[in-house]
Amino acid sequence: MKKKQKKMLVRILVALALFIALQFIPVGGIAKWILYIADYLIIGYDILRKAFRGILNRQVFDENFLMAVATVGAFALALYQRSDNCNEAIGVMLFYQIGELFQGIAVGKSRRNITELMDIRPDYANIEVDGKLEQVSPDEVSIGSIILVQPGEKVPLDGVIVEGNSTLNTSALTGESLPRDAKTGDEIVSGSINMTGVLKIQTTKEFGDSTVSKILELVENASSRKSKSEEFIAKFARVYTPAVCYSALALAVLPPLVRLLMLGTTPDWSVWIYRALTFLVISCPCALVISIPLSFFAGIGGASNQGVLIKGSNFMETLSQVKTVVFDKTGTLTKGVFEVSGIHHNQMEDAKLIEYAALAECASSHPISRSLQNAYGKEIDRNRVTDIEEISGYGVIAKIDGVSVAAGNSKLMNRLGITYQDCHSVGTIIHMAVDGNYAGHIVISDIEKPTSQKAIASLKKAGITKTVMLTGDAKKVADKVAADLGVDEVRSELLPADKVAEVEKLLKNKGDKDKLAFVGDGINDAPVLTRADIGIAMGAMGSDAAIEAADVVLMDDDPLKIAKAIRISRKCIRIVYENIVFALVIKFGCLVLGALGIANMGAAIFADVGVMILAVLNAIRALQVKNL
Amino acid sequence: MKKTYEIEVDCANCANLMEEATKKTEGIADVTVNFMTQKMIVDFEEGADEKKVMKSVLKACRKVEPDCEIEF
Repeated sequence: MKKKQKKMLVRILVALALFIALQFIPVGGIAKWILYIADYLIIGYDILRKAFRGILNRQVFDENFLMAVATVGAFALALYQRSDNCNEAIGVMLFYQIGELFQGIAVGKSRRNITELMDIRPDYANIEVDGKLEQVSPDEVSIGSIILVQPGEKVPLDGVIVEGNSTLNTSALTGESLPRDAKTGDEIVSGSINMTGVLKIQTTKEFGDSTVSKILELVENASSRKSKSEEFIAKFARVYTPAVCYSALALAVLPPLVRLLMLGTTPDWSVWIYRALTFLVISCPCALVISIPLSFFAGIGGASNQGVLIKGSNFMETLSQVKTVVFDKTGTLTKGVFEVSGIHHNQMEDAKLIEYAALAECASSHPISRSLQNAYGKEIDRNRVTDIEEISGYGVIAKIDGVSVAAGNSKLMNRLGITYQDCHSVGTIIHMAVDGNYAGHIVISDIEKPTSQKAIASLKKAGITKTVMLTGDAKKVADKVAADLGVDEVRSELLPADKVAEVEKLLKNKGDKDKLAFVGDGINDAPVLTRADIGIAMGAMGSDAAIEAADVVLMDDDPLKIAKAIRISRKCIRIVYENIVFALVIKFGCLVLGALGIANMGAAIFADVGVMILAVLNAIRALQVKNL
Repeated sequence: MKKTYEIEVDCANCANLMEEATKKTEGIADVTVNFMTQKMIVDFEEGADEKKVMKSVLKACRKVEPDCEIEF
């Protein structure tokens, strides 16, 4: 509790004690009035002061002014009726202040909770000076310094591991609880927690450019990009308060006049003025104004905790309306790394064939040869390979352990006059000939991510009506991947510029309210990311370009997170709408009941504060997205 | 040019009012008041004197919300 709030609490308690005592103290006349006014001033003096200043500043319609008018009016009414019952004015003020205090505490607490959840900021970095460890602020560490991260500590800056092996917990960044292995030579991002071994890291970025800073900046600024609902509420609040005030005035004046002049009955001034004062109490739009940004803030906080960074409340809103999801293939639905996916028509053992292929290709750094070497998995002994002849566009011929081996495409086989078997599989085919005889072929393809199929299914379950895959890859490959994963439509053999055109076509053909999301890996699809209604970049750990270009950033490369992001946004928006509808219905209900004289001032303020508290509690629900 | 300032404001509606008041202040191109993070992101007009502008911003904000604070 802040100092201000503590002071308020004391005032409330004192005023409450005096208020209760007044009900029992047998004083009458002037003395009672003085005590009542004293109690009223204890609880409400700041409201009166602010109201007065508001009038001086010509800010008539603020809540202080309204509360002041309502309570002073109630006092005056009691005086006029000689009822010397001033309980209502004090009670309303008391309840209003309790409500305000509660709101301050609740909002402050939830704000802290959310901020804590997002707190991945490292406090210090260890630097070795003369053999001793020294803790310095991460801001002071320059690029290229060596920092030491001990088990249990947060990695403070991005860098490369120069010494040590360990496992890293990246859950604060990605929401993924499975630890990652890290060894010498690996890149490491700030914000992950070192779990097992001591790591020496050479920094590659300053703190301000490190992943942690980028993420924090992004999430903190996210709630500054206001959504349409927030703008609506801000506009509504501007109209609502004056409208209610004028209606209150009308309510105080018109019915009595009508009664007096048209009906010829008693005007009942005090009854109608009392009803008008009840109106004023309900005229503060606080519940609405507080709960909407709080819901968004909680939603964005909860999402970032799950490794989904949503860059603004407006994007949260758009994301919830997505009906079409367009994917890039490579790196998004597939791993983007080539792997051996099949070995066919071979006479010798698979392992032996791979060994020959890997050795033959040992001089090349082409992705294909690297994938062969990965499949081989053992250290390559270059001394076994002689007479390497690389024929560009064909393949390689070399002697391995004295045996001539040819590895390449069908053109190479034709050139060597070797009959080969064609392949039905999709991918890059490497035909092998050993000692002049055909020895089978190896299929290398970009493999699908294990969760891609599930991701498409869960998107469909979440109500996505159309999934489209765009790729620069060959039609045969693209069609197969699409069929495997259950993607509705495919556009293949596209150049990067074609992808923008395709997305534009899709944008034109969809309904106005349905939104289109494009999912890419952020590497060369930045133009498409910005062109779509909402751009989602995945696998963004450490990639600034992706974080820059996208509206929603998925920290790891699991496509399942796309559906999760959409579900999170839907929940958040649902809560926002719940709060809007709930608050409006209660407010208007109270206005009607107040006008009819069914609800008194006490009931009105109770409804007002109650709505606000419930709306705040409901908003906090947006934070709970872990199991969505 | 954009700058971020820490603010102190107790109610969300007051934050909206502050945003409106600041927008009307001379030398301000655009502004966003973020109640949740208690920050004010000010986009100054070309060649505006930040200190001077912020002084009048504070004055304008105090008019709508006497209790507010802006740190600059």
